[in-house]
Amino acid sequence: MKQALVLLFWVGSFGSGGAFAQSHSAVAIKDAHVVTVSGEDLPKGTVVMRDGLITEVGSAVGVPSDAWVIDGTGLTIYPGFIDAMSSWGIPPPAGSRGGGAAAQATAPAATEPRAHGPEDRPQTFSYERAADDVLPSDGRLETARAAGFTSAATYPSRGIFQGLGAMIDLAGERGRDMVIAQPIGQRIAFRQGGFGRTGFPSSLMGNISYVRQLFLDLDQYQQAKQIYASNPTGNRRPEYDHALEGLAESPRLLLPADETQQIERMLNFAPELKKPFLLYGLHEAYERIDLLKKANVPLIVNLKWPEKVRDGDPTEISSMRELTMRDRAPAVPGLLAKAGVHFAFSAEGIENAADLKKALKKAVDAGLSRNDAIRALTLSPAEIYGVADRMGSIAKGKIANVVVMKGDAFEDKTTVEYVFVDGQEFHPSKELQQGPPAGGGRRPGATPSEELQ
Amino acid sequence: MSFRNCFLAVSLLFAWAAAPAQTILIRNATVMTVTKGTLQNGSVLIENGKISAIGKNLSAPADATVVDASGKYLIPGIIDCHSHTAVEGGVNEGTVSDSSMVNIRDVLNPSDINIYRALAGGLTVSNVLHGSANAIGGQTVVIKLRWGKTAQEMLFEGATPGIKFALGENPKRAGEPQQGFLAQGATAPERRYPGTRLGVEEVIRQSFIEAKAYQAEWKEYNEKVAKGEHPIPPRKDLRLDPLVEVLEGKRYVHAHCYRADEILMLIRVADEMGFKIRTFQHVLEGYKVAKEIAAHGAGASTFSDWWSYKIEAFDATPYNAAVMAKKGVVVSLNSDSDELQRHLNLEAAKTMRYGGLSENEALAMVTINPAKQLGIDDKVGSIEVGKSADLVLFDKHPLSGFSKPEKVWIDGHQYFDRDKDLETRPEFEKKKKVLQDREAAATPAPNRRRSGASGGAEANPTTPNLEENK
Repeated sequence: MKQALVLLFWVGSFGSGGAFAQSHSAVAIKDAHVVTVSGEDLPKGTVVMRDGLITEVGSAVGVPSDAWVIDGTGLTIYPGFIDAMSSWGIPPPAGSRGGGAAAQATAPAATEPRAHGPEDRPQTFSYERAADDVLPSDGRLETARAAGFTSAATYPSRGIFQGLGAMIDLAGERGRDMVIAQPIGQRIAFRQGGFGRTGFPSSLMGNISYVRQLFLDLDQYQQAKQIYASNPTGNRRPEYDHALEGLAESPRLLLPADETQQIERMLNFAPELKKPFLLYGLHEAYERIDLLKKANVPLIVNLKWPEKVRDGDPTEISSMRELTMRDRAPAVPGLLAKAGVHFAFSAEGIENAADLKKALKKAVDAGLSRNDAIRALTLSPAEIYGVADRMGSIAKGKIANVVVMKGDAFEDKTTVEYVFVDGQEFHPSKELQQGPPAGGGRRPGATPSEELQ
Repeated sequence: MSFRNCFLAVSLLFAWAAAPAQTILIRNATVMTVTKGTLQNGSVLIENGKISAIGKNLSAPADATVVDASGKYLIPGIIDCHSHTAVEGGVNEGTVSDSSMVNIRDVLNPSDINIYRALAGGLTVSNVLHGSANAIGGQTVVIKLRWGKTAQEMLFEGATPGIKFALGENPKRAGEPQQGFLAQGATAPERRYPGTRLGVEEVIRQSFIEAKAYQAEWKEYNEKVAKGEHPIPPRKDLRLDPLVEVLEGKRYVHAHCYRADEILMLIRVADEMGFKIRTFQHVLEGYKVAKEIAAHGAGASTFSDWWSYKIEAFDATPYNAAVMAKKGVVVSLNSDSDELQRHLNLEAAKTMRYGGLSENEALAMVTINPAKQLGIDDKVGSIEVGKSADLVLFDKHPLSGFSKPEKVWIDGHQYFDRDKDLETRPEFEKKKKVLQDREAAATPAPNRRRSGASGGAEANPTTPNLEENK
């Protein structure tokens, strides 16, 4: 065993990506604390995985003779964490720093001419499929796994209508191996500024009216197609519109709502679009818990808590509202859990495993119970996306996505010992779990040459 | 205390702003009704959000809160016919020459601190407009400054929505460098049509021609459906819908303008297309064509003494408001500014100096006249029985530069109280200090290596929190 690990280490060090992946026909982790989430907690339980599925869970489960057996004494098994709104798996465009949504959002839409109105379908990529774009080579996957994440609801991230998301596993040999379900939703973002440079729309009201117009167009498009299909002869055929096709395929919409007025605005606006919807952001939701409870809409809370701008203008005095938001945002998950609002987390904007852990810890310290935190990272996102029948908890028949920790999740000293994605084993390095050393260091996924820039 | 903090007592004010409508008797005030003269030592009774009695010796009902206003002045809530306050994410959709598809209603930010600051100046109603970057701008709304309520709750119930038009230099992008935009990947700037006043006229005419065709298209479709046919429906066009509403008289046109010639131009286009202009905004040369404006039935909402900030705004006079009023135009004075909206009473006062208007005529410029222009004069704009209890209590004569509002009511709810505001400030400051200290304690000391790398910051290490220094 020791030799095998040494060998693995050797392969990992020189192999591409250093994924430390290893497959076994069967794995049994025995005598561990099993947090099943969907069922009882097992203080001393065994989990058996085979061919990418969980085959047995229980306190009195036999270990198959061909299984690799891990002694789980002192270890805790959780369902693999799921990021409810991410761009993990979709490699950021070459040359961009930081990667992900932030980089793509600022990347110019080089091929798009200046739009003169909704008819030009500006910044609309509603038809783009995350499932077609995901690749296991995205350097960020390793970081995500080091924080205990095995899956993500991943979305393309450019434009206003950003495209069709996919629920993916954060490992696989090829992109298509990673896809669990798709399309799972359409992510919408509002793009402001760039007055005139990118054309219509440049204002928030322009964005909103464009979204409204596109859904009205969808209504008419679907009616027209239906009427035409029943009587094509003698009628002019409706024009094919891929922007609307993408919209029609979206089972749900993800709408941005961070501050109180944005939350109210989206709850007021979204019903016009006649599709199920989620809100994402929610950093000021502590002011509108009752409203959100009443609205009964699933929420995706962004873990990148607002912070005072580093190296900002020292003469700038934060307003009471800004101070309050920075103080109270991490309390949002706890308040939502207490109110019984369905929510999950998004790690968007966080770039290393240590920060991710810290962000979760902040929510726990601000009043989120550990059980509720684990639920929001596992079963809740699976339920929100309608895939709880195959993932989100440790139960027989579900995908073998589990994370094995030494210690309780959210404890500072806790380490991730093993991560199983689709039954495939990963052993995240301590270095990655601890994040970059203070004062900079290597950004996960950055090549040494990038470092020198 | 810093100026910045003076008006930040936001969260503390929510509690009493949301209290239910009370019965209130305001006693012994100089009641300036605007429409029914001024009553010395008068009382006003507020019940269920409305003014229920005005008189000399009103007795207080048992449950009434009595406000002693001896030596003070009660006026109707001030109304601003031209505001851009509380608009989030840009006041212009300036990328197109006709942006009538966008709606201010969608982007109101009820937590904009300028709402509260305006309230503190006695403002109770605002006509919140799209900017003037294009010939036909966005849809507009009238709001009541119900601070602490949601955007939807601030909308003035039953007020006719509007649409912004703009003439002259702004819509033809006179101030734009190269008068156009460089499209992505393009080698030459793409000029946004129109570049001339002729073009502005053409854009408006063209849009209405399209709106009429669109109106006819829907009429034809609805007739076919009524006959039991199943035609493919026309596309619902958010740009043309509001213009059809203008044609049908269901939406007011508020037209930004300066020069006499363009004012006459718009009147001609409106007559030709069959719609009405509700108000001319700014209208600095209105004094030259006041008769024509009055004949069209339009109002004029202008500045008291603000001009010469661009070529088309030179031929102006502070007598403009008075001259137009005397020619029969309903005239109001507006702010167009987060700052000016806080003392519109003083803007009104200037018409007494320039034009010799009476106190009542002057006050009307910021109360009943803008109410008439916005079609809400049956509900607000004067102190009359049956109207909404939108009232401002000034400590001194409201047309004096030494006066300040002490209390402001909207629908009988008190939304501003100067004493309470002052009272809450020390507590507010304390709460703020707690948050500042907590944040400072949680912020790690600046990292040496990091500071060094970012270029010599080490020589002058930044303290994590400089806010104590203010």
